[in-house]
Amino acid sequence: MIALEFPPINEILRWKDLFESFNKISIIAVLAATIGTVVFLLAGRQSAKTAPRGIRNIAESTVEFIENGVVMQTMGRDGLGWTPFLLSLFTFIYLCNVPGIIPFLQMPATARMALPAALALMVWVVYNGAGIKHQGFGGYFKSVLFPPGVPKALYILVTPIEFISAIIVRPFSLAVRLFANMLAGHILLVTFALLTESLFQAKDKILIPFGVLPMGMLIFLTGFEVLVAFLQAYIFTILTAVYIGGAVHPEH
Amino acid sequence: MEALAKIVVKAAEAAADPAAAKNEAAAASAGFAYGLAAIGPGIGIGYIVGKAVEAMARQPEAAGMVRTTMFLGIAFTEALALIGFVVFILLKFA
Repeated sequence: MIALEFPPINEILRWKDLFESFNKISIIAVLAATIGTVVFLLAGRQSAKTAPRGIRNIAESTVEFIENGVVMQTMGRDGLGWTPFLLSLFTFIYLCNVPGIIPFLQMPATARMALPAALALMVWVVYNGAGIKHQGFGGYFKSVLFPPGVPKALYILVTPIEFISAIIVRPFSLAVRLFANMLAGHILLVTFALLTESLFQAKDKILIPFGVLPMGMLIFLTGFEVLVAFLQAYIFTILTAVYIGGAVHPEH
Repeated sequence: MEALAKIVVKAAEAAADPAAAKNEAAAASAGFAYGLAAIGPGIGIGYIVGKAVEAMARQPEAAGMVRTTMFLGIAFTEALALIGFVVFILLKFA
């Protein structure tokens, strides 16, 4: 039949180091940070009084999307001060996700655990810090661990659950969601690319036309990954906004 | 008869090599782990999106808010399936 050998996981997720501990994923992450910064710096140099041209259009529509689609939906008008933070988070994650479908790069930088874990840890520090700053140390933990409107006796049950879900599970699920989505997409693309290749090079001539099937699937999944790259950046940002909003304005 | 003999020989080989047997078991259970983990979230996400569509159809002016909440719900539900996927990766490759 066909010789189909799935490569070991390190081969599809790791490249030769350029120098000690600096490989393709680091290059993509550095590029993402640089491109994002340069785009917004260039857009910021244009005068705010004239009609926006070129790159400023992109920057302005991104800012507007974050303001209307994320901040206003979750935190309301008071949260607009968080726009710069959420905007840089969104831009960076999106630019890290998109190389997964750019030919010759073909690797989302967020498909390795390091980047999502660091981002989730940063978000954890930010939302806890914001909560402590706005409500004081005792007040913040009181509102997290002892949610109002619960009968006193139930706190034995509620407090440990709240502690685990708000302090431990949140950053973990934030990181795993981004990482696993991008990794799953990457592995899917690898699988279908390998299938296509091995069918087109099959020894049995009769198998060769069937290579069109996985190839069609590959093209469809590449289009799907465009959507996933955007959606995961959006979900990460909106969950950050929800956590910050919850920490700053507790339930009464 | 010959095929049966072959299977017996293979089973004996697998028993003789515990590392290979372990690999086989890990590969099989990795498939089960992901398949089982996908059932619940699959139902859940379908339910969320269905209800969201219903809400949007009833009240189109609230579509923006419903969509945001829908994505939030999907994100929380999907996390379970994704943890199953991570378990799959760990069983298969680690």
